[in-house]
Amino acid sequence: MLSFTLNDHPVQCKSPAPETSALTLLRTTLGQCGTKEGCASGDCGACTITITSPEAPGRYKSVNACILPAHQLAGCHVTTVEGLAKETQLHPVQQAMVEHHASQCGFCTPGIVMSLYALYENRQEVDMVDDSHLDHRIEQALSGNLCRCTGYRPIRDAARAVMTTPSGPRPAQDKAPVPPAVSTARDYLLPTSLSDLHACLARHPDAPLVAGGTDLMVEANARLRTFDTLIDLTRLPELKQIMPLQEGWYIGGGVTFEALLPLAEKHYPALAELLYRLGSRQIREQATVGGNIANASPIGDTPPIWLALNAELILDGLSGERRLPLDEFFTGYRTTVLGAGNYIKALILPSLARHQALWVWKLSKRRDDDISAVLMAASATVTGDRLDHVRIAFGGMAATPARAPALEQVLEGHRLTAARLAMARQALAEEFTPLDDVRASSTYRRIAAGNLIERLYWHLNAVPGHKELTHA
Amino acid sequence: MRKLIPAPAPLPSDAATRHSAPHDSAVAHVTGRAIYVDDLPAHARMGYLAVGLSPHAHARLDGLTLDAVRQSPGVIDVITAADIPGRNEVGAVYPGDPLLAERELRYAGQPVFAVVATDLVSARRAVDKAVIHATPLPASLDAVEAIAQGLTVLPVHHHERATPLDRGSAMKNNTQTREAPGEAPAASHCVSGTLSIGGQEHFYLEGQIAQAEALDDDGIRILTSSQHPSEVQKLVAEVLDRPLHSIVAEVRRMGGGFGGKESQAAALGAMAALAAARNHCTVRFRLPRRDDMLMTGKRHPFETHYEVTTDDRGILRDTTISLIGNCGHSPDLSEGVVDRAMFHADNAYYLGNARVTGHRAMTHTASNTAFRGFGGPQGMMPIEAAMDDIARRLGLDPLDVRKRNLYTDQKDETHYGQRLDQHLIGPLIDQLEKQSDYRHRRQAITAFNQENPIIKRGLALTPVKFGISFTAQHLNQAGALLAIYTDGSVLINHGGTEMGQGLHTKVCQIVARVFDIPLGRVRISATRTDKVPNTSPTAASSGADLNGMAARDAALTLRARLLDLAAEQYRQPRDSLTFSDGQLIADGWSMPWEALIQAAYLKRVPLSATGFYSTPTIHYDKTTGKGHPFFYYAYGAAVSEVEIDTLTGEHRLRRVDILHDVGDSLNPAIDRGQIEGGFIQGAGWLTTEELKWDDKGTLLTTGPATYKIPAYSDTPPVFNVALLEGHPCSQATIYRSKAVGEPPFMLALSVWSALRDALSSLTNYTTSPALDVPATPERILLAVEAIKSASTPAACPEGADHG
Ligand SMILES: Cc1cc2nc3c(=O)[nH]c(=O)nc-3n(C[C@H](O)[C@H](O)[C@H](O)COP(=O)(O)OP(=O)(O)OC[C@H]3O[C@@H](n4cnc5c(N)ncnc54)[C@H](O)[C@@H]3O)c2cc1C
Ligand code: FES
Ligand code: FES
Repeated sequence: MLSFTLNDHPVQCKSPAPETSALTLLRTTLGQCGTKEGCASGDCGACTITITSPEAPGRYKSVNACILPAHQLAGCHVTTVEGLAKETQLHPVQQAMVEHHASQCGFCTPGIVMSLYALYENRQEVDMVDDSHLDHRIEQALSGNLCRCTGYRPIRDAARAVMTTPSGPRPAQDKAPVPPAVSTARDYLLPTSLSDLHACLARHPDAPLVAGGTDLMVEANARLRTFDTLIDLTRLPELKQIMPLQEGWYIGGGVTFEALLPLAEKHYPALAELLYRLGSRQIREQATVGGNIANASPIGDTPPIWLALNAELILDGLSGERRLPLDEFFTGYRTTVLGAGNYIKALILPSLARHQALWVWKLSKRRDDDISAVLMAASATVTGDRLDHVRIAFGGMAATPARAPALEQVLEGHRLTAARLAMARQALAEEFTPLDDVRASSTYRRIAAGNLIERLYWHLNAVPGHKELTHA
Repeated sequence: MRKLIPAPAPLPSDAATRHSAPHDSAVAHVTGRAIYVDDLPAHARMGYLAVGLSPHAHARLDGLTLDAVRQSPGVIDVITAADIPGRNEVGAVYPGDPLLAERELRYAGQPVFAVVATDLVSARRAVDKAVIHATPLPASLDAVEAIAQGLTVLPVHHHERATPLDRGSAMKNNTQTREAPGEAPAASHCVSGTLSIGGQEHFYLEGQIAQAEALDDDGIRILTSSQHPSEVQKLVAEVLDRPLHSIVAEVRRMGGGFGGKESQAAALGAMAALAAARNHCTVRFRLPRRDDMLMTGKRHPFETHYEVTTDDRGILRDTTISLIGNCGHSPDLSEGVVDRAMFHADNAYYLGNARVTGHRAMTHTASNTAFRGFGGPQGMMPIEAAMDDIARRLGLDPLDVRKRNLYTDQKDETHYGQRLDQHLIGPLIDQLEKQSDYRHRRQAITAFNQENPIIKRGLALTPVKFGISFTAQHLNQAGALLAIYTDGSVLINHGGTEMGQGLHTKVCQIVARVFDIPLGRVRISATRTDKVPNTSPTAASSGADLNGMAARDAALTLRARLLDLAAEQYRQPRDSLTFSDGQLIADGWSMPWEALIQAAYLKRVPLSATGFYSTPTIHYDKTTGKGHPFFYYAYGAAVSEVEIDTLTGEHRLRRVDILHDVGDSLNPAIDRGQIEGGFIQGAGWLTTEELKWDDKGTLLTTGPATYKIPAYSDTPPVFNVALLEGHPCSQATIYRSKAVGEPPFMLALSVWSALRDALSSLTNYTTSPALDVPATPERILLAVEAIKSASTPAACPEGADHG
């Protein structure tokens, strides 16, 4: 049995198969067809719904129902587009969309309404007073919603208008009580403590783990994959912890990128800039730090950053707890040292030292919600002009996220002069034979990666004039 | 009825807001109540259909092993070509598109067999269990090579004007220049180039879908997401070998079409109908995104070549343009698409002596099809490329070269012989140039580029002149059916379909305008082939032009009847009667609309009428390549400003200014939406939307993860859009408005031209770098690299000056 609250009404339904998406549950089992399917791969946002989980009752997460495991709805408040209007009274977001002519064919509209609804309901009083970041917040909120008809301008205007209008007195707690988070499924395990988890792993050592599902569910949908058993990592408070340590930060393997953002904004601005472009808001609400690493994709965005920052992993599970430099984690194309029955418990992220800088540059065909063609993460201490402790890692250049030791060596202890730049390019060229795929040719990757070192050169040698594209 | 419904109180006047009325489904959209085909409640015995697709670009089909498919859980039926009772053909104009492959596989993604199961997942799982036995054959995968080998879907076609001379060979070796007879010999400059133009996936957010219901009287009802329900009806009838009157096709709304559901939707309707007829049940056929992208046609990629000569001022003397449309494996709509590309090879310029050639290459890929602009965008690109090249050659601002070459009242005849009757483009560009502050920004950008080593900015203004009408004459007709009920409410039905463009809203506005009643009194219902028969596709931007006129015709018929009645019944002079704001009025006398209708009913005045319209004055002679194929032209221009990063090829659109001509707008809010949406869709085509195939001809970009349409942050931060005021359409169109669906798409060429401008700044505007589209970061970076590695500043591509 699976129970949750849907648009303020309690729902109890027969436990769906483990791979069932929330979208299928809504549309097929519950006959709620306002939420649309545009892609079933998490890319278009037509299926956006909001969920409020028991741990953070006031916070609306916008998520892609098509790649959300249905079982993760257990015990949550779920809102779909059907739940916004009260009789004939449209929600302010809906009203603004109508007034600004922001729908044409209307197929993307439920998703867009839901993304804006989450933004609206989460906004703080201060957001309305200080709207200097309004456009940024709207852009983030809509980063995962494609519209093929409108060109987005009227949607932007609708969003600007509604977000700056004070909401009237909000119905205090119009929410029905959340049913307890029951999922009695035998094939979808939702452990709530580490000991629980270890017991699950012991019973089902070969069962796949699922966290945000943003990789696993995409694959399940595309290949019509089924699972005998899934072990879900999203109800484990231990995996969601972010704690300061002496050497830096303890970041639980189940921390989502959205949850990581405040830390990044404060302590690692270059990481924050990257996170704004990792997937979309809907993806970041679900996607986890551990999943991005365990997925071991050569084009995962965060592993090169963790490599550049010399992060370590804490692994746990049937093989016991151990600590491992990330350098040693990836063994080949989509393979890692993590054996069956083990999981990534945490990432240990060193703090930036005095004078230590971090640069992260992601290159993709489209600015937002696109997978990198090339990503470079570089870190070094900069004293005067001299670079020390240089660590540079790339995504998209090899079968795994990889450091570039020869390149690091050319730069280590030196100023990045024009002559050094030439040597660095040479070293990099010899280091990698990049991929050739739909996203970019190996030629592009090779030239662009070399040029990212040049970008670093321009950053270090403060020359007047623009160094990077402006983004309004 | 025995007793009339009480006449409702008149609605409040909406005279102030009716012009920019919101989309008729706006509230349904935002509340999730708008129903699309896949949202319909499932029938009790419903089958779900999935198709098995060809894994080969070209192969002999030796057989199918489908036993495992039949035994797969949930399977109800398995269908192959042999099971088709009628014709195995769903080609829109020419044959060549079998519903299911027979003997030969002609593209990777072609449907080969179908499975009906109790749910979609079971059907898809069963499909995967089939074995397709096939012997691969050599595949045609390159359009240029196809033409060299004579592989075409239809014959070549030419437009030619003036001095017959062997221009091709004269220009090839660049040794001589020809002057038009009688002209004083003057300096002459020749530029030429090749330009490769990518295709485009429609990426309507709602994928292709149809649902067919077997009715009790041997009829079939199809609910389809199609721009052309009459064609769905016709092809279903042919596939099932049944008369047209037994088939009804119905469309309430589409979640986007853009041309992709003009001919391509018919196969789904036919497949679903065949399955429904065989199993006497209801069958839903929805393509998962991947199958949709593999199976259905896209915008035609084009390979183009241009050679032009100009005088010292950059004015065109001779223009030779060759266009090769990559049609895919079958003709589909490629005749019209390549024709339209040829008709738009001039864009807004007088070409001088002109020769335009259109080839239709056959490749073993999905059959390319209609897509907003219908070949027009591709056709305009070579001459726009040439404008930039000429400017670089002569050291002029590209805008000046463009302006010098525009059609004027002296030079007003196109290369296919149609004269322009409205000289809007010159004044329109002048106005936009001022509004957008072009000249100051040009200076500022040049200065910026001198100061910045890495980031370069570019600016361009490009015009659009787009011909309105179907190029197939008989399609330029439409019908409508209007009913007024006894409470004064009005129901209009017409042959056009709603795909988001606001057609239904506009048609309701037109009807409301004829009677001058509030829009709330008028309602539109789903498009159905049993209400208005023999309809044309909603395409060629003509939806409102044609159906609006037909609806107006029906409304005028009823208006006349009502006035006749009132004149007689209330003894008012007929000439003094008018409809105004929900009332029928005469001198000192008035009557609410609702009361009038009740009176008419009781007097037994027929309260329904049909309407019809056909576009006058259009003709085209294919043998001479001359005629008057367009009722009128729509104009527009855009200024785009971009920024590129020369280290990575990344780029941003910083600002866009548009001035566009819609005649007297039927609905300014909807028109603006079409302009903005079309522009951004065009910008996507030209920059991020890249289709890629493997070397065996299988599409690799089969979903939004790899095929990138514009996202929210791609919309420029400054986006100024204005409608040209004060220029009603010169032809008697519906309330002197102009079509707006397609023309704005081509405004986006300014983005591509601006990118070339930014690249050109790397050589201080002395060269005109080639830039194929889509101009992805990769293409831009490679163009930058090519410029950097050219040791000496190269002259214009290939050309040489003659003096
Ligand atoms: C539309 C879209 C856009 C995306 N964009 C980006 C992008 O820009 N950049 C990018 O890097 N990625 C992107 N991704 C990929 C994906 O979101 C990330 O890789 C994400 O971090 C995966 O985390 P998850 O929790 O969702 O993983 P899941 O899908 O839950 O799991 C992925 C894999 O990791 C395993 N796993 C998960 N958690 C753990 C753990 N704690 N310990 C051990 N194994 C674990 C699972 O068993 C599974 O094999 C995108 C995905 C989508 C659908
Ligand atoms: S359907 Fe496209 S993101 Fe879910
Ligand atoms: S309104 Fe059609 S996709 Fe957005």
